[in-house]
Amino acid sequence: MKTSISILIVDDEESVRDSLYNWFIEDGYEVDCAANAKEALTKIESGKFDIILSDIKMPGMDGLEMHRRIKAFDSSAIVIVMTAFASVETAVQALKDGAFDYITKPFDPDDLSHLIRNAARQISLRNENETLKNKIITLENIEDIVGNSDGMIRVLKEVENVAVSNSSVIITGESGTGKELIARAIHSNSPRKFFPLVTVHCGALSEDLLESELFGHEKGAFTGAMFNRKGRFEMADGGTVFLDEIATISMKMQIELLRVLESKTFTRVGGNKEIKSDFRIICATNKDLKKMVADGSFREDLYYRLNVVNIAIPPLRERKEDIPVMVNYFIKKYCTSMSRDLITIDQAAMQRLEEYHFPGNVRELENMIERAIVVGNGKEIRLKDLPLETNMVTDSNDSLDELEKKYIQKTLEKYDWNISRSAKALQIDRVTLYNKIKKYQLSSPKR
Amino acid sequence: MEKKGITLVVQGRFEKIFPDQLARDVEAAFGRQVLVVPFTHDILPYFDAARKQYDANRLLKLIHTEYSAGSFKTIGLFQVDLFIPILTYIFGQAQYNGSTGIASVYRLRNEQYGMPGDEKLLYERFRKVVIHELGHTFGLIHCHVPVCVMRPGTYVEDIDQKNHWFCNKCSSELETAFNNHS
Repeated sequence: MKTSISILIVDDEESVRDSLYNWFIEDGYEVDCAANAKEALTKIESGKFDIILSDIKMPGMDGLEMHRRIKAFDSSAIVIVMTAFASVETAVQALKDGAFDYITKPFDPDDLSHLIRNAARQISLRNENETLKNKIITLENIEDIVGNSDGMIRVLKEVENVAVSNSSVIITGESGTGKELIARAIHSNSPRKFFPLVTVHCGALSEDLLESELFGHEKGAFTGAMFNRKGRFEMADGGTVFLDEIATISMKMQIELLRVLESKTFTRVGGNKEIKSDFRIICATNKDLKKMVADGSFREDLYYRLNVVNIAIPPLRERKEDIPVMVNYFIKKYCTSMSRDLITIDQAAMQRLEEYHFPGNVRELENMIERAIVVGNGKEIRLKDLPLETNMVTDSNDSLDELEKKYIQKTLEKYDWNISRSAKALQIDRVTLYNKIKKYQLSSPKR
Repeated sequence: MEKKGITLVVQGRFEKIFPDQLARDVEAAFGRQVLVVPFTHDILPYFDAARKQYDANRLLKLIHTEYSAGSFKTIGLFQVDLFIPILTYIFGQAQYNGSTGIASVYRLRNEQYGMPGDEKLLYERFRKVVIHELGHTFGLIHCHVPVCVMRPGTYVEDIDQKNHWFCNKCSSELETAFNNHS
């Protein structure tokens, strides 16, 4: 198995360096060698090594001094010292100075493998910890919920009210309206915020997988269950479980879920020990659960158990006043993440966005802005940067004159008011285009 | 000259069937013609009196310089206990992505661990070590599939746990190595 862990071997004996080099290369690590401390420090300064395996007794600077210098500029480096029996005391000193471990030469092959595996595990845990910390910061950041419309103000008020309680919540709304963000906002503002928010995308998992995912499984419960595994309910102890696309779960899972919600206990797949977990449940769906209850595809008792509070997120087309503020928010977000200067959006492009009906809701708008920043000229988002392929006629209640005016305006902007190219695209001659510009009192924003 | 075959260099007296059987099995594993030749050097200079073992690094060099000419891959098969400076013992070692390897039967014998001898088991273990080391010469690294022959093994029990063949991933990497060499 190739790993991304890099190891630097520091030893003045060539045979030791070669043997260790071969040993680690065969294990799939990235390996480099240095014959003395000076060479090692040069290599460490110019490139990152995860593990440094160093002899203590070396001519010139010894391993202990080298270790102190490494720690001075890379405190996260894992240093393992190698020593002969006679120098165990110095190895102990190295441990006191922060070395990860020491090993006496010659090593038992198993000891060496274990040592490196432990160090690799420590690195992986450290990276995981870092990722999770960042994730928590992201989860707590609810700035992504943007909007001043009455609809969104109502939603945010509901979030605020429901967050402090322990009630189950169903969030409804069309695809792309930001149901998961609302769930995160509820969790982040609740007393459970210091415990995990565990998300399960029910629609992405088969019935068996979902069962194992939610309840966990015991080793040997099914083919491939090589270890005991905690389920999401167990992981969420003290926190919140967010079940996305709840309408997709099978009847069998609905019964299981109801039982768990009522007793807050469950058993792992293949196990018989009852496990207790204290979690709050938030569900989301873009389906009409009430209708599903009526046609028998969703259990009524589960519906009422989950639907203590219902938060309905309005689609973007019903809160068009949020579009400008969202557009500016996404421009700022993506310009920052792409390390670019803040750009603007021209009036025609903004107007077109406000007219658009957004079947993909906020997600579609966000993707549109991201794309426009990538493909645009880097100064402002123009109409031609937006992937709006909708039919103007079917989306509009405008008169024929209004439609013609808008279409000509759009074409002129697309070609930067180049009359010849615009006329060619419109399949009219230049004189006709001038007449239309005059008729509709169109003017270039640059003039 | 095109180098095609694999050479097994046999040191000391092995159990009767070993070299021939091993030649057939190595041929089956790598699809290359296998030649068995005796180790004709004196092994005593490679003995380390302090460790009471034989220096594997020097033996690997010897096999490489004296026996590998004309072969695609060469592996020395030893009766003696091998060590490298950093490790207390080894079952075998090879030049990663190179042409030469060595393997020892010494620590594979049940008798080393106070158990009755088992020739069949010994052969199985030895076959796995030889194929494993040859795998390294083809650029394969240690594999974490429990039954793959490229899984690393520190103890004979580890060797007993795995098969003498490659997992799908290693087989495909071996195939690529063959294609690159051909």
